[in-house]
Amino acid sequence: MASEETKPIVVAPPDKNKIKKIWYTALFLGVITGIEFVFAFTMAAGPLRTAIFIGLTLVKAFYIVSEFMHLKYEVKVLIWSILVPTIFIVWLLLALLIEGEAIFMVRY
Amino acid sequence: MSATESSVISTPKRSLWAGGISPLKVTYGKLMMWFFLVSDAFTFSALLITYGMIRYSYPAYEGSPADFVFAPDKWWPIPEKVFEAVPFLHGVSAPLIFVGIMTFILIMSSVTMVLAVEAGHRMDRAAVEKWMLWTILGGIAFLSCQAWEWSHFIHGTHEGPMVAEGTTFFGANLTQNQYGPPPFADLFFFITGFHGTHVLSGVILNIVIFFNVVVGLYDKRGHYEMVEKVGLYWHFVDLVWVFVFTFYYLI
Repeated sequence: MASEETKPIVVAPPDKNKIKKIWYTALFLGVITGIEFVFAFTMAAGPLRTAIFIGLTLVKAFYIVSEFMHLKYEVKVLIWSILVPTIFIVWLLLALLIEGEAIFMVRY
Repeated sequence: MSATESSVISTPKRSLWAGGISPLKVTYGKLMMWFFLVSDAFTFSALLITYGMIRYSYPAYEGSPADFVFAPDKWWPIPEKVFEAVPFLHGVSAPLIFVGIMTFILIMSSVTMVLAVEAGHRMDRAAVEKWMLWTILGGIAFLSCQAWEWSHFIHGTHEGPMVAEGTTFFGANLTQNQYGPPPFADLFFFITGFHGTHVLSGVILNIVIFFNVVVGLYDKRGHYEMVEKVGLYWHFVDLVWVFVFTFYYLI
Protein backbone atom coordinates (compact mmCIF):
# COMPACT_ATOMS: atom_id res chain seq x y z
CA MET A 1 0.00 0.00 0.00
CA ALA A 2 1.55 3.24 -1.14
CA SER A 3 -0.18 5.51 1.32
CA GLU A 4 -1.96 5.23 4.66
CA GLU A 5 -5.29 6.91 5.18
CA THR A 6 -3.66 9.67 7.14
CA LYS A 7 -0.94 10.36 4.60
CA PRO A 8 -1.63 12.79 1.79
CA ILE A 9 -1.95 11.25 -1.65
CA VAL A 10 1.21 11.54 -3.69
CA VAL A 11 0.55 11.85 -7.40
CA ALA A 12 3.49 10.57 -9.41
CA PRO A 13 4.32 12.22 -12.74
CA PRO A 14 3.28 10.36 -15.90
CA ASP A 15 5.64 7.60 -16.97
CA LYS A 16 6.54 8.85 -20.45
CA ASN A 17 8.07 5.56 -21.65
CA LYS A 18 5.14 3.47 -20.52
CA ILE A 19 2.63 5.80 -22.20
CA LYS A 20 4.69 5.83 -25.39
CA LYS A 21 4.68 2.04 -25.41
CA ILE A 22 0.89 1.96 -25.00
CA TRP A 23 0.45 4.23 -28.01
CA TYR A 24 2.93 2.23 -30.08
CA THR A 25 0.99 -0.95 -29.30
CA ALA A 26 -2.22 0.78 -30.34
CA LEU A 27 -0.63 1.98 -33.57
CA PHE A 28 0.64 -1.52 -34.24
CA LEU A 29 -2.85 -3.01 -33.75
CA GLY A 30 -4.26 -0.39 -36.11
CA VAL A 31 -1.64 -1.17 -38.76
CA ILE A 32 -2.33 -4.92 -38.52
CA THR A 33 -6.06 -4.27 -38.96
CA GLY A 34 -5.18 -2.10 -41.98
CA ILE A 35 -3.15 -4.96 -43.47
CA GLU A 36 -6.14 -7.26 -42.95
CA PHE A 37 -8.26 -4.82 -44.94
CA VAL A 38 -5.71 -4.72 -47.74
CA PHE A 39 -5.83 -8.51 -47.98
CA ALA A 40 -9.64 -8.50 -47.78
CA PHE A 41 -9.89 -6.18 -50.80
CA THR A 42 -7.03 -7.30 -53.00
CA MET A 43 -6.75 -11.05 -52.50
CA ALA A 44 -9.21 -13.69 -53.70
CA ALA A 45 -10.79 -15.80 -50.98
CA GLY A 46 -9.09 -19.09 -50.35
CA PRO A 47 -7.24 -21.17 -47.77
CA LEU A 48 -4.16 -18.95 -47.98
CA ARG A 49 -6.09 -15.74 -47.29
CA THR A 50 -7.92 -17.43 -44.43
CA ALA A 51 -4.58 -18.54 -42.98
CA ILE A 52 -3.22 -14.99 -43.26
CA PHE A 53 -6.29 -13.60 -41.47
CA ILE A 54 -6.01 -16.13 -38.66
CA GLY A 55 -2.27 -15.48 -38.33
CA LEU A 56 -2.75 -11.70 -38.11
CA THR A 57 -5.60 -12.19 -35.62
CA LEU A 58 -3.34 -14.22 -33.37
CA VAL A 59 -0.66 -11.51 -33.59
CA LYS A 60 -3.25 -8.92 -32.52
CA ALA A 61 -4.47 -11.21 -29.73
CA PHE A 62 -0.89 -11.62 -28.50
CA TYR A 63 -0.38 -7.86 -28.26
CA ILE A 64 -3.72 -7.21 -26.55
CA VAL A 65 -3.17 -9.94 -23.96
CA SER A 66 0.53 -9.34 -23.34
CA GLU A 67 0.66 -5.53 -23.40
CA PHE A 68 -2.84 -4.24 -22.64
CA MET A 69 -3.76 -7.00 -20.21
CA HIS A 70 -0.18 -6.98 -18.94
CA LEU A 71 0.10 -10.77 -18.95
CA LYS A 72 3.66 -10.64 -20.31
CA TYR A 73 4.82 -9.06 -17.06
CA GLU A 74 3.14 -11.51 -14.70
CA VAL A 75 4.92 -14.52 -13.19
CA LYS A 76 5.43 -17.60 -15.36
CA VAL A 77 2.99 -19.81 -13.44
CA LEU A 78 0.19 -17.34 -14.05
CA ILE A 79 1.00 -17.02 -17.75
CA TRP A 80 0.89 -20.78 -18.20
CA SER A 81 -2.27 -21.26 -16.15
CA ILE A 82 -3.99 -18.85 -18.52
CA LEU A 83 -2.49 -20.20 -21.74
CA VAL A 84 -2.56 -23.96 -21.21
CA PRO A 85 -6.37 -24.30 -20.86
CA THR A 86 -6.81 -22.76 -24.32
CA ILE A 87 -5.58 -26.07 -25.71
CA PHE A 88 -9.16 -27.26 -25.20
CA ILE A 89 -10.28 -24.55 -27.63
CA VAL A 90 -7.92 -25.95 -30.27
CA TRP A 91 -9.30 -29.41 -29.65
CA LEU A 92 -12.91 -28.22 -29.92
CA LEU A 93 -12.09 -26.33 -33.11
CA LEU A 94 -10.63 -29.41 -34.79
CA ALA A 95 -13.37 -31.73 -33.54
CA LEU A 96 -16.26 -29.54 -34.65
CA LEU A 97 -14.80 -28.58 -38.02
CA ILE A 98 -14.37 -32.26 -38.85
CA GLU A 99 -17.93 -32.80 -37.61
CA GLY A 100 -19.19 -29.99 -39.85
CA GLU A 101 -17.46 -31.52 -42.85
CA ALA A 102 -19.11 -34.86 -42.05
CA ILE A 103 -22.57 -33.25 -41.82
CA PHE A 104 -21.93 -31.63 -45.19
CA MET A 105 -21.09 -35.03 -46.71
CA VAL A 106 -24.30 -36.53 -45.34
CA ARG A 107 -26.41 -33.61 -46.51
CA TYR A 108 -25.07 -33.02 -50.00
CA MET B 1 15.21 -34.06 10.93
CA SER B 2 16.81 -33.19 14.26
CA ALA B 3 20.24 -34.00 12.93
CA THR B 4 20.15 -31.11 10.53
CA GLU B 5 18.98 -28.61 13.10
CA SER B 6 21.50 -25.92 13.91
CA SER B 7 21.69 -23.22 16.47
CA VAL B 8 21.42 -20.58 13.76
CA ILE B 9 17.86 -19.46 13.41
CA SER B 10 16.92 -19.91 9.81
CA THR B 11 13.57 -19.57 8.22
CA PRO B 12 12.17 -23.02 7.57
CA LYS B 13 11.97 -23.94 3.92
CA ARG B 14 8.31 -23.89 3.16
CA SER B 15 6.59 -24.66 -0.06
CA LEU B 16 5.67 -21.66 -2.19
CA TRP B 17 2.10 -22.95 -2.02
CA ALA B 18 1.93 -23.52 1.74
CA GLY B 19 0.11 -20.26 2.33
CA GLY B 20 1.01 -16.84 3.60
CA ILE B 21 2.58 -15.77 0.34
CA SER B 22 1.12 -15.11 -3.04
CA PRO B 23 2.91 -17.37 -5.56
CA LEU B 24 1.25 -15.81 -8.58
CA LYS B 25 2.07 -12.32 -7.30
CA VAL B 26 -1.41 -11.00 -8.03
CA THR B 27 -4.24 -10.31 -5.66
CA TYR B 28 -7.16 -12.67 -5.26
CA GLY B 29 -9.49 -10.36 -7.14
CA LYS B 30 -7.25 -10.01 -10.16
CA LEU B 31 -6.54 -13.73 -10.27
CA MET B 32 -10.23 -14.56 -10.19
CA MET B 33 -10.86 -12.02 -12.94
CA TRP B 34 -8.26 -13.84 -15.05
CA PHE B 35 -9.88 -17.20 -14.49
CA PHE B 36 -13.32 -15.79 -15.17
CA LEU B 37 -11.95 -14.48 -18.46
CA VAL B 38 -10.56 -17.91 -19.31
CA SER B 39 -14.01 -19.41 -18.77
CA ASP B 40 -15.58 -16.63 -20.79
CA ALA B 41 -13.07 -17.32 -23.56
CA PHE B 42 -14.39 -20.87 -23.63
CA THR B 43 -17.94 -19.60 -24.07
CA PHE B 44 -17.00 -17.31 -26.93
CA SER B 45 -14.84 -19.99 -28.55
CA ALA B 46 -17.75 -22.40 -28.39
CA LEU B 47 -19.94 -19.87 -30.20
CA LEU B 48 -17.36 -19.06 -32.86
CA ILE B 49 -16.44 -22.70 -33.40
CA THR B 50 -20.13 -23.51 -33.76
CA TYR B 51 -20.19 -20.90 -36.50
CA GLY B 52 -17.31 -22.70 -38.18
CA MET B 53 -18.99 -26.06 -37.88
CA ILE B 54 -22.32 -24.90 -39.25
CA ARG B 55 -20.65 -23.00 -42.05
CA TYR B 56 -18.70 -26.12 -43.01
CA SER B 57 -21.93 -28.10 -43.13
CA TYR B 58 -23.37 -25.80 -45.86
CA PRO B 59 -22.11 -25.41 -49.42
CA ALA B 60 -19.79 -22.47 -50.01
CA TYR B 61 -20.34 -20.10 -52.92
CA GLU B 62 -18.13 -21.01 -55.82
CA GLY B 63 -17.48 -18.59 -58.60
CA SER B 64 -16.49 -15.00 -59.05
CA PRO B 65 -17.31 -12.82 -56.01
CA ALA B 66 -18.43 -10.11 -58.46
CA ASP B 67 -21.37 -12.26 -59.62
CA PHE B 68 -22.38 -13.23 -56.09
CA VAL B 69 -26.10 -13.12 -55.27
CA PHE B 70 -27.85 -14.04 -52.06
CA ALA B 71 -29.32 -17.52 -52.35
CA PRO B 72 -30.43 -18.84 -48.96
CA ASP B 73 -31.33 -22.26 -50.32
CA LYS B 74 -28.09 -22.69 -52.27
CA TRP B 75 -25.06 -21.44 -50.39
CA TRP B 76 -23.58 -19.65 -47.36
CA PRO B 77 -23.20 -15.91 -48.12
CA ILE B 78 -19.90 -14.08 -48.54
CA PRO B 79 -19.82 -11.90 -45.39
CA GLU B 80 -18.46 -8.79 -47.09
CA LYS B 81 -21.47 -8.85 -49.45
CA VAL B 82 -23.77 -8.80 -46.42
CA PHE B 83 -22.00 -6.16 -44.35
CA GLU B 84 -21.39 -3.43 -46.87
CA ALA B 85 -23.59 -0.59 -45.68
CA VAL B 86 -22.48 2.55 -43.87
CA PRO B 87 -24.84 5.02 -42.15
CA PHE B 88 -25.71 8.11 -44.21
CA LEU B 89 -24.27 6.51 -47.35
CA HIS B 90 -27.44 4.94 -48.66
CA GLY B 91 -26.98 2.63 -51.62
CA VAL B 92 -23.21 2.90 -51.55
CA SER B 93 -21.43 -0.43 -51.43
CA ALA B 94 -18.64 -0.11 -48.88
CA PRO B 95 -17.85 -3.63 -47.73
CA LEU B 96 -16.47 -3.96 -44.20
CA ILE B 97 -15.94 -0.20 -43.81
CA PHE B 98 -18.47 0.19 -41.02
CA VAL B 99 -17.22 -2.85 -39.11
CA GLY B 100 -13.71 -1.43 -39.53
CA ILE B 101 -14.85 1.77 -37.87
CA MET B 102 -16.36 -0.30 -35.03
CA THR B 103 -13.07 -2.18 -34.61
CA PHE B 104 -11.19 1.11 -34.48
CA ILE B 105 -13.56 2.49 -31.82
CA LEU B 106 -13.15 -0.58 -29.62
CA ILE B 107 -9.35 -0.67 -29.92
CA MET B 108 -9.20 3.04 -29.07
CA SER B 109 -11.37 2.53 -26.01
CA SER B 110 -9.01 -0.25 -24.97
CA VAL B 111 -6.10 2.19 -25.26
CA THR B 112 -7.84 4.79 -23.10
CA MET B 113 -8.50 2.03 -20.56
CA VAL B 114 -4.77 1.16 -20.34
CA LEU B 115 -4.07 4.85 -19.90
CA ALA B 116 -6.60 4.93 -17.04
CA VAL B 117 -4.86 1.97 -15.40
CA GLU B 118 -1.50 3.68 -15.85
CA ALA B 119 -2.87 6.85 -14.23
CA GLY B 120 -4.24 4.70 -11.40
CA HIS B 121 -0.77 3.38 -10.66
CA ARG B 122 0.33 6.98 -10.18
CA MET B 123 -2.68 7.79 -7.94
CA ASP B 124 -3.58 10.52 -10.41
CA ARG B 125 -7.31 10.80 -9.87
CA ALA B 126 -7.94 13.49 -12.47
CA ALA B 127 -6.22 11.47 -15.20
CA VAL B 128 -8.09 8.29 -14.23
CA GLU B 129 -11.37 10.22 -14.46
CA LYS B 130 -10.46 11.59 -17.87
CA TRP B 131 -9.44 8.25 -19.40
CA MET B 132 -12.30 6.31 -17.82
CA LEU B 133 -14.71 8.79 -19.32
CA TRP B 134 -13.19 8.32 -22.79
CA THR B 135 -13.44 4.57 -22.34
CA ILE B 136 -17.11 4.78 -21.41
CA LEU B 137 -17.70 7.03 -24.39
CA GLY B 138 -15.96 4.55 -26.69
CA GLY B 139 -18.11 1.72 -25.33
CA ILE B 140 -21.31 3.67 -25.89
CA ALA B 141 -20.18 4.60 -29.42
CA PHE B 142 -19.50 0.94 -30.18
CA LEU B 143 -22.91 -0.11 -28.86
CA SER B 144 -24.62 2.55 -30.95
CA CYS B 145 -22.82 1.28 -34.06
CA GLN B 146 -23.92 -2.22 -33.25
CA ALA B 147 -27.53 -1.09 -32.81
CA TRP B 148 -27.39 0.42 -36.30
CA GLU B 149 -25.79 -2.72 -37.71
CA TRP B 150 -28.46 -4.94 -36.18
CA SER B 151 -31.23 -2.69 -37.40
CA HIS B 152 -29.80 -2.74 -40.92
CA PHE B 153 -29.33 -6.50 -40.82
CA ILE B 154 -32.89 -7.07 -39.61
CA HIS B 155 -34.55 -4.75 -42.10
CA GLY B 156 -32.42 -5.83 -45.02
CA THR B 157 -31.70 -4.48 -48.45
CA HIS B 158 -34.17 -3.87 -51.22
CA GLU B 159 -34.12 -7.24 -52.85
CA GLY B 160 -34.87 -10.54 -51.23
CA PRO B 161 -35.92 -14.05 -52.06
CA MET B 162 -39.56 -14.96 -52.59
CA VAL B 163 -41.31 -16.70 -49.74
CA ALA B 164 -44.14 -19.20 -50.15
CA GLU B 165 -46.92 -16.61 -50.26
CA GLY B 166 -45.32 -14.93 -53.24
CA THR B 167 -44.21 -11.85 -51.34
CA THR B 168 -40.60 -10.82 -51.00
CA PHE B 169 -38.76 -11.35 -47.75
CA PHE B 170 -36.40 -8.60 -46.64
CA GLY B 171 -33.85 -8.74 -43.88
CA ALA B 172 -33.52 -11.39 -41.25
CA ASN B 173 -35.12 -13.01 -38.24
CA LEU B 174 -34.39 -16.24 -36.40
CA THR B 175 -36.26 -18.47 -38.86
CA GLN B 176 -35.31 -17.00 -42.22
CA ASN B 177 -33.16 -14.34 -43.78
CA GLN B 178 -32.44 -12.96 -47.22
CA TYR B 179 -28.68 -13.48 -47.00
CA GLY B 180 -28.20 -17.21 -46.52
CA PRO B 181 -29.28 -20.31 -44.61
CA PRO B 182 -31.25 -19.57 -41.38
CA PRO B 183 -28.26 -20.36 -39.08
CA PHE B 184 -26.34 -17.50 -40.70
CA ALA B 185 -28.65 -14.91 -39.13
CA ASP B 186 -29.09 -16.95 -35.94
CA LEU B 187 -25.35 -17.03 -35.38
CA PHE B 188 -25.06 -13.34 -36.20
CA PHE B 189 -27.61 -12.52 -33.52
CA PHE B 190 -26.09 -14.87 -30.97
CA ILE B 191 -22.42 -14.06 -31.46
CA THR B 192 -22.59 -10.29 -31.90
CA GLY B 193 -25.45 -10.18 -29.40
CA PHE B 194 -23.46 -12.04 -26.75
CA HIS B 195 -20.48 -9.82 -27.42
CA GLY B 196 -22.67 -6.70 -27.32
CA THR B 197 -24.05 -7.83 -23.96
CA HIS B 198 -20.49 -8.07 -22.70
CA VAL B 199 -19.76 -4.56 -23.97
CA LEU B 200 -22.93 -3.30 -22.29
CA SER B 201 -22.02 -4.85 -18.95
CA GLY B 202 -18.48 -3.53 -19.41
CA VAL B 203 -19.84 -0.02 -19.90
CA ILE B 204 -22.01 -0.39 -16.78
CA LEU B 205 -19.03 -1.66 -14.75
CA ASN B 206 -16.93 1.21 -16.08
CA ILE B 207 -19.59 3.70 -15.01
CA VAL B 208 -19.71 2.18 -11.50
CA ILE B 209 -15.91 2.33 -11.21
CA PHE B 210 -15.88 5.85 -12.65
CA PHE B 211 -18.37 6.89 -9.96
CA ASN B 212 -16.15 5.35 -7.27
CA VAL B 213 -13.13 7.18 -8.64
CA VAL B 214 -15.00 10.48 -8.64
CA VAL B 215 -16.16 10.14 -5.04
CA GLY B 216 -12.57 9.35 -4.05
CA LEU B 217 -13.11 5.78 -2.85
CA TYR B 218 -9.83 4.50 -4.32
CA ASP B 219 -7.83 7.42 -2.95
CA LYS B 220 -9.15 6.45 0.48
CA ARG B 221 -8.38 2.79 -0.20
CA GLY B 222 -4.84 3.68 -1.22
CA HIS B 223 -4.83 1.93 -4.60
CA TYR B 224 -6.70 1.85 -7.91
CA GLU B 225 -6.77 -1.89 -8.36
CA MET B 226 -10.47 -1.94 -9.22
CA VAL B 227 -9.63 0.07 -12.34
CA GLU B 228 -7.16 -2.64 -13.30
CA LYS B 229 -9.70 -5.42 -12.78
CA VAL B 230 -12.40 -3.75 -14.82
CA GLY B 231 -9.65 -2.93 -17.34
CA LEU B 232 -8.86 -6.63 -17.74
CA TYR B 233 -12.50 -7.29 -18.50
CA TRP B 234 -12.63 -4.42 -20.96
CA HIS B 235 -9.55 -5.62 -22.86
CA PHE B 236 -11.01 -9.09 -23.00
CA VAL B 237 -14.12 -7.68 -24.69
CA ASP B 238 -11.82 -5.99 -27.21
CA LEU B 239 -9.93 -9.27 -27.68
CA VAL B 240 -13.14 -11.15 -28.40
CA TRP B 241 -14.12 -8.53 -30.95
CA VAL B 242 -10.80 -9.06 -32.76
CA PHE B 243 -11.78 -12.72 -33.18
CA VAL B 244 -15.42 -12.00 -34.08
CA PHE B 245 -14.19 -9.49 -36.66
CA THR B 246 -11.96 -12.09 -38.31
CA PHE B 247 -14.21 -15.11 -38.13
CA TYR B 248 -17.56 -13.49 -38.80
CA TYR B 249 -16.73 -10.61 -41.11
CA LEU B 250 -13.45 -11.29 -42.87
CA ILE B 251 -13.41 -15.00 -43.62
